[in-house]
Amino acid sequence: MMGPYNEDEFLPLSGIQHFAYCARQWGLIHLEAQWVDNLWTAAGTAMHERVDNPHAIESRNPFKTMRSVSLSSCSLGLYGVADVLEVHNGKEHGKYNLVEYKRGKPKEDDCDMVQLCAQAICLEEMLALSIADGHLYYGETKRRHVVKFSSDLRERVHTLATAMHHYYRMGRTPAPMRSAKCQNCSLSAICLPKLGANQHKIDAYLAAAVLDATKN
Amino acid sequence: MRKMLNVLYVTNPDAYLSRDGENVVVRVDQDEAFRVPVHYLEGIVTFGYVGASPALLGLCCEKGVTVSFLTEHGRHHATVQGSPRGNVLLRREQYRWADSETRSAELAGMFVMGKIVNCRAVSRRFLSDHKDVTESEDVQAAHALFARNVLKLHKGIGLDEVRGIEGDTARRYFGILNHLIVAQKDDFQMKGRSRRPPRDNVNCLLSFLYSLLMHEARSALESVGLDPYVGFLHRDRPGRASLALDLMEEFRPYLADRLALSMINRKQVCANDFVTTDAGGVFLKEGARKIVIDAWQKRKKEEVQHPILGEKIPVGLLPYAQALLLARHVRGDIGKYPPFFWK
Ligand code: SF4
Repeated sequence: MMGPYNEDEFLPLSGIQHFAYCARQWGLIHLEAQWVDNLWTAAGTAMHERVDNPHAIESRNPFKTMRSVSLSSCSLGLYGVADVLEVHNGKEHGKYNLVEYKRGKPKEDDCDMVQLCAQAICLEEMLALSIADGHLYYGETKRRHVVKFSSDLRERVHTLATAMHHYYRMGRTPAPMRSAKCQNCSLSAICLPKLGANQHKIDAYLAAAVLDATKN
Repeated sequence: MRKMLNVLYVTNPDAYLSRDGENVVVRVDQDEAFRVPVHYLEGIVTFGYVGASPALLGLCCEKGVTVSFLTEHGRHHATVQGSPRGNVLLRREQYRWADSETRSAELAGMFVMGKIVNCRAVSRRFLSDHKDVTESEDVQAAHALFARNVLKLHKGIGLDEVRGIEGDTARRYFGILNHLIVAQKDDFQMKGRSRRPPRDNVNCLLSFLYSLLMHEARSALESVGLDPYVGFLHRDRPGRASLALDLMEEFRPYLADRLALSMINRKQVCANDFVTTDAGGVFLKEGARKIVIDAWQKRKKEEVQHPILGEKIPVGLLPYAQALLLARHVRGDIGKYPPFFWK
């Protein structure tokens, strides 16, 4: 299916989970290539190393399991890699199942679901089929959780992708959105979310220094 | 704030740097002298004709470790850095600002204001720590000039005037530094500022410390995505890291001059540590370079409350913190660049 975006405009699909969490976080990572490794991201990398072997294709009935599958979508303008794609050989012959591996446990927000759904939309476009659901596997619970690709979720993915392209074209990092999320955000040290609101603090700081320098 | 990692300083001119897996290995005469995992480092600074293998340089580029090659006396030869961090759009904005007279004047004014306020703080702090030293007329006149200039800068003035003020203040400041030297006065007197080459012991010590600071400023700017070569106060000159020089201004008094003064006053360095060449240049001997680097490393680990970020950070991260604020300003998050004022 042709979409509004051509390949030159494609953005990394993995960014949609960041964007869903906080548009600024996405901007810092994807527009400005700022990245702070912390414990969480390091652990995430270690887990992905096990999964990210594109050459390992297992054939354990009734699935064929493919790892690190390249995906893209012209309608979303995204490209990326799915951790695991299973193709059923048995009863459900031809059914595709996406599995995304996450450290930690299921989250309250929908970032992970959004990412999985974006992958599904890519796959649907590439293979001209429709996919009703997929799986998120969490390292902490060691369980797969089913995600239904509802029309609401699909719409959210499209909205987010459109907004990502909008910011990308403007080349502007979205402004900080101070919230409780900032406390758990690995980028808060470079985002400085409190700074923008504190312009008067900076003015006062400058004025105080001037006053101080003129005293004897 | 991110964590401060170590900078590896290599002063032995017979050393050779190579890579072994994820480790940086220093060899002298084929023997392994030192080894450190690359992820403990954020920079390597070498003095003299130290060699490094391409594999080691590749590893450093990949890990964001900046490698600077200086002459044995601290003059800059080359810096090896991986592909630029950050956003080409941020750099473009920086270039647009550098092209704009108004923007450049504003920022240059802030860097110079930071410098003057901190020069004054160094001198004031010295006088309050040394109650026995009477404040000479020179010093009083200099402080009055600093005050006038800070006021002018705060009002906002043109770029040429900012540059004029910078030169003017620097001359007066170096003029009073001699008053702040209370020990070894015969051996440590500054006869104006000389750089190429430094012509007395004080100038030599300052130049050496500035070269250490330069490495920090340059890699701090790179790591937040700004181009160290395009400055506001310092004009473009091929091969000159003008923005790094800009950013250094506010730190010279606080990080370098103060350290030089206390090393002299505490007799951590003495006349014997310097050599004068036939041409009149003065240089630090190798053993003394180590002493200065040790003092510098210690200094970097001290903690200071950052007035804008509102948290305690190691002194060694100040250039990074200020580079971050500068990037935030160029990006439009904050309307003014707040220099670091030492209180
Ligand atoms: S610190 Fe807050 S505003 Fe900044 S990127 Fe993180 S979540 Fe977003």
